Amino acid sequence: MRIDGKGLVDRSAPVRFTFDGVAYEGFRGDTVASALLANGVRVVGRSFKYHRPRGVLTAGSEEPNALVEVIEVGQQTPNVRATVQEIFPGLEVKSQNRWPSLKYDVMAVNDMLSPFLSAGFYYKTFMWPRKFWERVYEPIIRRAAGLGSLSGRHDEADYEKAFAFCDLLVIGAGPAGLMAAVQGARAGVDVILADENPVMGGRLLADGGEIDGRPASVWVAEVLAELEAAPNVRLMVRTSVTGAYDGGTFSALERVGLHVAARANLPRECFWRIVAGQTVLAAGALERSIAFADNDRPGVMMASSLRAYVNRYGVSPGKRVTIFANNDDARLSARALMAAGVDVAAIVDTRADASTLEDCPVYAGAEVVGTKGRHGLSAITVRHRGGEMQIETDCLGVSGGWNPLVHLTCHMNGRPVWDADLAAFVPVAGAVPGLHAAGACAGVFSTQGCLADGARVAVLALGVLGRAVRAVDAPVAEDAPYAVLPLWEVKGKGRAWLDFANDVTTKDVRLAAQENFASVEHMKRYTTQGMAPDQGKNSNVGALAVLADATGRSIAQTGTTTYRAPFSPVSIAAMGAGGRGAGFAPQRFMTSHGASVDRRAPMVEAGLWYRPSYFPKGAETTWREACDREVVMVREAVGVCDVSTLGKIDIQGADAARFLDLVYTNVFSTLPVGRVRYGLMLRADGHVLDDGTTARLGENHYLMTTTTAAAGLVMRHLDFVQQAYCGDWDVRFVSVTENWAQFAVAGPRARALLASLVSVDLPFMGCSRVEFGGVGARVFRISFSGEEGYEIAVPSRYGEALFRDLVARAETLGGGPYGMEALNVLRIEKGFITHAEIDGRTTAFDIGLAGMISARKDCIGKAAAGRSGLTGAARLQMVGLRPVMQAAITAGAHLFTPGDEVRRENDQGYVTSVGYSPMMEGYLGLAFLRDGRARIGEMVRLVDHLRDIDVLCEVCDPVFHDKEGVKLRG
Amino acid sequence: MRITCPLCGPRDRREFYYYGSEDYLTQPEVGDLDAVDAQLHLRDNVAGRVRDVWYHEAGCASWLVVTRDTVSHAVEKVELVANVKGILAKTKLKGGAA
Repeated sequence: MRIDGKGLVDRSAPVRFTFDGVAYEGFRGDTVASALLANGVRVVGRSFKYHRPRGVLTAGSEEPNALVEVIEVGQQTPNVRATVQEIFPGLEVKSQNRWPSLKYDVMAVNDMLSPFLSAGFYYKTFMWPRKFWERVYEPIIRRAAGLGSLSGRHDEADYEKAFAFCDLLVIGAGPAGLMAAVQGARAGVDVILADENPVMGGRLLADGGEIDGRPASVWVAEVLAELEAAPNVRLMVRTSVTGAYDGGTFSALERVGLHVAARANLPRECFWRIVAGQTVLAAGALERSIAFADNDRPGVMMASSLRAYVNRYGVSPGKRVTIFANNDDARLSARALMAAGVDVAAIVDTRADASTLEDCPVYAGAEVVGTKGRHGLSAITVRHRGGEMQIETDCLGVSGGWNPLVHLTCHMNGRPVWDADLAAFVPVAGAVPGLHAAGACAGVFSTQGCLADGARVAVLALGVLGRAVRAVDAPVAEDAPYAVLPLWEVKGKGRAWLDFANDVTTKDVRLAAQENFASVEHMKRYTTQGMAPDQGKNSNVGALAVLADATGRSIAQTGTTTYRAPFSPVSIAAMGAGGRGAGFAPQRFMTSHGASVDRRAPMVEAGLWYRPSYFPKGAETTWREACDREVVMVREAVGVCDVSTLGKIDIQGADAARFLDLVYTNVFSTLPVGRVRYGLMLRADGHVLDDGTTARLGENHYLMTTTTAAAGLVMRHLDFVQQAYCGDWDVRFVSVTENWAQFAVAGPRARALLASLVSVDLPFMGCSRVEFGGVGARVFRISFSGEEGYEIAVPSRYGEALFRDLVARAETLGGGPYGMEALNVLRIEKGFITHAEIDGRTTAFDIGLAGMISARKDCIGKAAAGRSGLTGAARLQMVGLRPVMQAAITAGAHLFTPGDEVRRENDQGYVTSVGYSPMMEGYLGLAFLRDGRARIGEMVRLVDHLRDIDVLCEVCDPVFHDKEGVKLRG
Repeated sequence: MRITCPLCGPRDRREFYYYGSEDYLTQPEVGDLDAVDAQLHLRDNVAGRVRDVWYHEAGCASWLVVTRDTVSHAVEKVELVANVKGILAKTKLKGGAA
């Protein structure tokens, strides 16, 4: 219920939302949790395993109980923490893990069966029959246990990722963080202050104390005004810093649009990578619970959250509140409630020497041993020196002390150390380079202490950044010593919960110890302790204290499990922002793309490029009809094909020729100007890297072409060779792939087509600069089809116009455009290789080009290519294949000697490329066959188990078409 | 992880392509098969200081020798391969006619 005059929510802005279909009203600034508590809703979910009714436990991002589904058009987001989700008009929220309703959940029968459902029960129970596990047991268990559910549809909403850089990153905007940010702001460095809450101030807003004699919230407002006005400070609210990585890099998740209804222009979330020179971690501390019988009833909450609801939201979570604590800090909540007019029935303090001076009854040296209330707390049982008594209460605030939020200090293999005075783990300095813990996360628990520590640590960090500054004076605030007497569990009958989200009790931990899962990591996995969405933030320390007790070790000896990123849940959609669908890989289009699409050509991927597969015509219904026609067209008339995707590297300098001799196996320094040569490139390990033609455009000017697939690879290789081995040579090169559009014109009428455009007479493998229509162009007489062929290159902006023009001219000569399918058949007929053949495992010897490795000079890979295993009869060598009878053959099929049994040991090779040759009226293949060149004329058996193909083939020379190259040379 | 490119300054690891040990910078002579074997295959798996070759692929296209610690991930030094003393002297490649 609301408390008049309290809280920071906007009472003038009522907000209506629904929970499980029922409409409720809250105020702007409320979370789902605070608004539901204000409306007296106590049960907000069912527990993971036992389906016990659960209520709100905390007021922060660590919430393990109040996990809800947020329903939107096309979206269903599970496990949203009700303590984080802000309400907005029309927000629709549902409870989870219950059927048919939150109040009457059928699966609550699990709670009756709990004696059988302890840790590891299914490992023991569902052992037999073994094959039932996957098909029967696991699906049933998964349905019975679990939290929220997904919509099952793609998440098509907008997410973003972004990068930020700063000198000083301050994580957390409580007292320590605000002081650190002020210190950085005044020192003039670039500061980012990130906080997971929608408003900054941290526990200063929740605790409601005084600073310099005025309400803390007034001081917070003044500090924020200063920071907002500073041009060198960036304030990031709703931003959880989730991980610490090498080099001062941090991940962070910003909830950008999840708190407002209309978000047409807002992404839901933004995943940040923040790079910081130095970082002050002011993450604060989390209150921990005490395990006692039935401590999970709705109404049992963390003591500090009670005052957070009073001070931040103006809500009292109960009418008659009790407190159970082992420290002084919890008294602040009792006082805040009483000051707000809420009845506090009792403070149960475990310490025998605790002060009893409060405006309510205090039971010192007492413990809560049980609770009552089916759908919410109605009474607690207290054991004290005089015996046991019941106290009627609808809300119990529990405090077992505070745990510093050491998480980010441990993300790079650091482990926190046990501080016996604080009874808590504290961070080790230097565990993450450049990150310094300040305030409560470093074990400083008073407000005054945090303010001073924030300034002190910021001065330290600024010193590393080279800014020697003095600490600003911390204002005066509460400075009470932290007095705590460790107590982790109240032993007794009944289940006492540790991990609420995963339904892990103290009995489960003791069972793990008893069954010798005594290491903390084993206990965690056996019981699932700490594996829920809160990752054990609320319960891990308590659980390992129970484990320490059960195994007779100290907490320090027991140690912690590994803290890993993310600190709080991060949606995969945010991390992968921009990577859905077409965003997964960029698309590269050739200049002729539109012209090809106009002709209904299906565009197929070639790396990132899209190339036309074929150009359907007339009544053609299959790709094969089009492909066959295009092949015949090129062989008998003329065809035009866009080959712009091939890599083009412009190489210049006095040592350009020498450089090419180094990277190619063959010699380029002897190539005359105006001529083109085919070249082969090896990797350092002696295998073929790539092939292509290189033209000498001038004395010191070459133009290299690479295959489409290896364009980037070759560029990287050239950079390596040049920088590593000949940095002092006069050679420079740059990729010009996208600067030039290049078209192949091939066929017996190619010369006629070219003559209609420009007057140029080129010998085979000649090149020339030409001009037509006022455009400077280049013509190369090269061929990838085996026909007389020319490639014409123009600056990209003229590409589309030239393609359309060439196709029109070709059509007047009985030709037209051809696509990738025909291109592939043409080159197989001619025995030309692609990366299907030079797949990284083949050598120059294998493809029959050993002679191209010049004996007169060294080249990259030559030394390694000389290894004995890379040449000889044992190698698989490239050959051609023709099926003996008319039959289809497939790439990927394997080869066997006829008569041999078809099994792996008898494997003789494999097929890399196949195509149907309309000229030869049959399938042709290129294959790698053991000692293949010596077996030309022999038969091999081609077997493809995947496609049920078993065909006898003749081994042939790989060149099927125009062996003498008469057509090529024209 | 961040690498400070000598030309571009500190950049995110994603801008860089990892090649391997600086051993790749020394080309074996033709015929010296032991040297080929050593260059291609014989590597130490060091827990500690290593010198590796990286490529600033999404940046200035510089090849770099990065000295770093595989345990702490600390980057000690980043140099342009062209400036690493001795590489060119150790390389016995014979170029073409020029």
